Amino acid sequence: MMNDNEKLFNSGILTEEKQEAVLPPMDLWEKKKNGLVVIECPQQIPCNPCHDSCPTGAIMAFENIIDIPRIDYEKCTGCGRCVARCPGLACFVVDLTWGEENEALMKLPHEMLPLPRAGDEVACLNRMGEEVHRGKVINVTEPWKDCTRVVHVSVPKDMIMKIRAVKVV
Amino acid sequence: MKTTEILVVGGGPAGLSAAIEAASLGCDVVLMDSDLKLGGQLIKQTHKFFGSREEFAGTRGFEIGNLLFDEVEKYKKEGKLEIFSNTTVTGYYKEDGIVSYTIGEETYDLIKPQRIVMATGAQEKRIAFPNNDLPGVYGAGAVQTLMNVYGVAPGEKVLMIGAGNIGLIVSYQLMQAGVKVAGIVEAMPRIGGYWVHAAKIRRLGVPIYLQHTITEALGDKVIEGAVIQEIDNTFKLVGEPMKIDCDTICMAIGLTPTCELLWSAGCEMKFVPQLCGYVARRDAMMRTSHPDIWVAGDAAGIEEASAAMVEGRIAGLAAAASLKPEGCQMLKEKSTDYLKRLENLRAGETGAKIRCGLEQVCCECWG
Ligand SMILES: Cc1cc2nc3c(=O)[nH]c(=O)nc-3n(C[C@H](O)[C@H](O)[C@H](O)COP(=O)(O)OP(=O)(O)OC[C@H]3O[C@@H](n4cnc5c(N)ncnc54)[C@H](O)[C@@H]3O)c2cc1C
Ligand code: SF4
Ligand code: SF4
Repeated sequence: MMNDNEKLFNSGILTEEKQEAVLPPMDLWEKKKNGLVVIECPQQIPCNPCHDSCPTGAIMAFENIIDIPRIDYEKCTGCGRCVARCPGLACFVVDLTWGEENEALMKLPHEMLPLPRAGDEVACLNRMGEEVHRGKVINVTEPWKDCTRVVHVSVPKDMIMKIRAVKVV
Repeated sequence: MKTTEILVVGGGPAGLSAAIEAASLGCDVVLMDSDLKLGGQLIKQTHKFFGSREEFAGTRGFEIGNLLFDEVEKYKKEGKLEIFSNTTVTGYYKEDGIVSYTIGEETYDLIKPQRIVMATGAQEKRIAFPNNDLPGVYGAGAVQTLMNVYGVAPGEKVLMIGAGNIGLIVSYQLMQAGVKVAGIVEAMPRIGGYWVHAAKIRRLGVPIYLQHTITEALGDKVIEGAVIQEIDNTFKLVGEPMKIDCDTICMAIGLTPTCELLWSAGCEMKFVPQLCGYVARRDAMMRTSHPDIWVAGDAAGIEEASAAMVEGRIAGLAAAASLKPEGCQMLKEKSTDYLKRLENLRAGETGAKIRCGLEQVCCECWG
């Protein structure tokens, strides 16, 4: 029988034990203005637009198209282009330098209506779609002008590994 | 009777790519598709595609269709490519190589091509459960056509059967269209589609019931709900039946290649579970055992649009080169690159099934 963690992972939910693999190094992360990318793409699939869309080469070239993305965090500027390009909506940017001491700014992909607007209070959802916070939308961008939006939302620092989507309420 | 050098049957990504390549070698090409609008599955795909840049990864499916239409337009203007939409190829006559077709429902006619590329795509599978004939039970293809081609919501609350890529993607598109998704039921202990596709649905609150199956649709005249139940590793029902509130049931169980014309042409066929049904044996250039017939795309085995486009290019080029000796050099140069791309697309864990399937039907060369 599968244990609960396996079951969750097999249905598309990243479980705690697999998290370390995708986190940027803390010392760099805490200093990096505009934030660093967090990618949750743990399965080999034939896909590489994250690399193709990254202007700085932070997402390294894929030797083989099925590689799992590898990141050179030094080069990441937090621009969010990969966030808007990844077809799996698996790229996020987290800016720990933003706002007050215990605040952070998350840049999350968004493709649902209604669209959030700057200033809105939105529901922040965890990986299972449960509302875990109400956050304020700081900005909404459309980097590739292709309808995929990047929503910048302010969240408490201790929520950055929980929140993965927003919903207009 | 109408004649042509090359006939392409099917105007999806595989057929369009084949027609483009064949016309680029200077062949006269006729392409027939039974739909009103060309593009096959692509015109229904509003999500961004996987793959690499050569196959337009990160671009939405219908926009990939538009990119192919631009190329098609060019050869149409040059008079090299003739398109028949709303035209169904109904038969191939082995004795004289003549093909019959109907335009709409009135016109019936014949054409004699020198070479044919079969790019007829796929058909949906269904599963049996009590009441699966009630209005409100759809295949995923029908849901997508209603929603993304005609702008009609299929219902208010949908239960999706199957967590392969199609089930996952169509669930996401339903949510984008404002339709609620009550849940996704999957018989296997893990999702069959890409993990990232599941993750983006899960984080919007849609449950995925692994190792569950639908046992019954509820309702008298229309769907009023569904009953699902857990199954064990031997697919035996265990646990308690659970009622799901929904007004629509969408089946995304899988596809099977459309191969009737290949059968009637007498192509050597083989049942290959990994390619999801009967497929034609072929060589690396996609030529079947029938020397005048090539195959490409989902009709040659269920895969992806990315692979369908590359296979289509190979088939179109090879069919054309068989008529234009001067095209052989071009075929050699381009096919090396195309074969490399296919190899890359089929690498790794997610490509293992396809590789195993292809081993069973690909032969070196027909000689
Ligand atoms: C929901 C969904 C999501 C997908 N997502 C992706 C993705 O992200 N990335 C990816 O690469 N692929 C994806 N695919 C797969 C992709 O759409 C198919 O693999 C691809 O369209 C196959 O191309 P094709 O040209 O072989 O067939 P099709 O696109 O099915 O086209 C076949 C055409 O042939 C026509 N036809 C059939 N029989 C006849 C006849 N007798 N006479 C005339 N015309 C005929 C049909 O009308 C149709 O237009 C997805 C598919 C679905 C359903
Ligand atoms: S946020 Fe910008 S710089 Fe960082 S990985 Fe993504 S695209 Fe590259
Ligand atoms: S683009 Fe997204 S889904 Fe594709 S490899 Fe990169 S992170 Fe994974």
